[in-house]
Amino acid sequence: MANSGLARMEGAALSNAAGEPAAKAGRPFRHWSSLRWVAVAVILVGWFVYYPIVDNFIVSTTDEDIFTGETTNIGLANYERLLHDPVVWVALWNNTLYALISIIFQVGGAFVLAALIEGLGSERQRRFWRAIYFIPSAISITITGLLFYFIYQPDIGLLNAGLRRIGLEQLIQPWLGSEHTAIYAIIAMSQWQGFGYSTLLFAIAIQKIPRDLYDAAVMDGAGPLRRLWSVTLPLTREMTGLMIIVTITGAFQVFNEVMVMTAGGPNNRSQVLGTWLYQQGFIQNNFGYGAAIAAVIFAVTMITGAAQLWYTRRRRIEL
Amino acid sequence: MTVMAASGRTARPTFGSALAKAFLYSFLICLGIVVLYPLVWMALNGFKDNGQIFGDPFALPSRWTWGNYVQAWNRGVRDYLASSLLVTVASAICTVLISAWTAYGLTRTPMPGKPLIVGLVLGGLMLSPTVALIPLVRMLQAIGLYNTYWALIILYTAFRIPFSTFLIRAYMLGLPKDLDEAARIDGASEGQIFWRIILPLCQPIIISCIILHVLFAWNEYLFAMVFTNGSAVQTLPVGLTSLMSKNGTNYGVVFAAMTISALPIVLLFFAAQRYFIRGLSEGIGK
Repeated sequence: MANSGLARMEGAALSNAAGEPAAKAGRPFRHWSSLRWVAVAVILVGWFVYYPIVDNFIVSTTDEDIFTGETTNIGLANYERLLHDPVVWVALWNNTLYALISIIFQVGGAFVLAALIEGLGSERQRRFWRAIYFIPSAISITITGLLFYFIYQPDIGLLNAGLRRIGLEQLIQPWLGSEHTAIYAIIAMSQWQGFGYSTLLFAIAIQKIPRDLYDAAVMDGAGPLRRLWSVTLPLTREMTGLMIIVTITGAFQVFNEVMVMTAGGPNNRSQVLGTWLYQQGFIQNNFGYGAAIAAVIFAVTMITGAAQLWYTRRRRIEL
Repeated sequence: MTVMAASGRTARPTFGSALAKAFLYSFLICLGIVVLYPLVWMALNGFKDNGQIFGDPFALPSRWTWGNYVQAWNRGVRDYLASSLLVTVASAICTVLISAWTAYGLTRTPMPGKPLIVGLVLGGLMLSPTVALIPLVRMLQAIGLYNTYWALIILYTAFRIPFSTFLIRAYMLGLPKDLDEAARIDGASEGQIFWRIILPLCQPIIISCIILHVLFAWNEYLFAMVFTNGSAVQTLPVGLTSLMSKNGTNYGVVFAAMTISALPIVLLFFAAQRYFIRGLSEGIGK
């Protein structure tokens, strides 16, 4: 939520949990009193994580009159409205764009970068570069969003000033103020913020590859590219697949940076599902319709979640 | 023929690899500049007044005074920082204790329906806060927690329990059972075994969990924005956006406030990098 990188890693964790064998009970008989160990967690997670999801579906079938406070059951009318809402389609497309661009940079780019860094001579150097690239990920995406809001500003911003300095005046524009560039400008910031996180995750995966495989490849006369293609890539394939799925999940939950940088504008061209939900639910006070938008996010994340479980199960069988 | 081929093979890599190395390092350095320069620009702009900010954005500040930083601190950043600190520390303690407690129960005690409970707790990883947002607002308003620290502490704890439990449980599964079996034979209670034996053994993963939680809670925006509206309980990310709308014309102060907010977490990352990476490594798995 707050940090796409963290979310990405949790996704990886989830798949790992799925493949793990259940712990064997220490004794054959059951102790009801042992439930006290898990009671707090089950109550908190059940109450604040699971129940709201169920409640969301109930809310999505209602319409609340904000003046009288009366709610009426309107069935699936909110869902029908979704289909005819042009902004929902813009938001869905923007989320998809977010996913595609993030896969290119935060999965593809980060993989290559991690392989380059792990190929460096000394551990000190590797640690140095990983840490440098990670810094933006440690900072709240709210702050980096605000920072890039200023960087993209036409009057005080770095970007236009930089373009002017290198003689590319024709490219100068109000990046966040233009309907055509706003969503791309936001996605670009998100890549800047998040690629260091995925690079670190890939670096950890690459470190787990046994060194002698590389030595053997060198003996066989394989060059760096060949080693990347024939050793690193196949042996981190599980990680790569996971990162793709988790990146898609994250892309459909995007909220903070869009909210901070454009709040969905101009003219709703940079809306994503999360910000449209917020706009409908909290600015227009239309809880029912907001809940229906939330249900779309839920559906997408459930599909990617299922894909993730299926993928890791399958990989485990193959291995 | 063979000699030439052999010498060709040894000569080419040295020149080629030197060239490749030069390319590699210039690429890494350029990327490093792209990553770091915006952050340096942010900190430098905290030293500038409006006249300079509207001037050449690449120029260094003409004077190094802390005026903007002091002003940002007094105009709200101090309070936001205090709120963030309180919410982050309280939710980190709750999350880690409850998760360790749960992980102990799931790995060390027999209980009915254990696979179901494991599935329930870890399955929470798949559920996103965005989807729960509207029902949570109604719920927290109904139980009177809206616009309190408690709202954020409870929600951060509840939404992070699945992940922390996952990490600690995986670690506990790897601990040998002999120690607690021996203690049990010596008559130690379950509580004693947890506090005196298992929890101390889990120290490395506990530290990783705390760091990952702090990173999350310090930076969280969606819940903080929706569940607080008074400046008294606002955390840094939300406070910053309201600071910007209040001091929108005084850019230097806003840049200074952003820098102050970003600094603690970057320092924490560098100080605790080892534990942080261990946490990630455990999370990704074998």
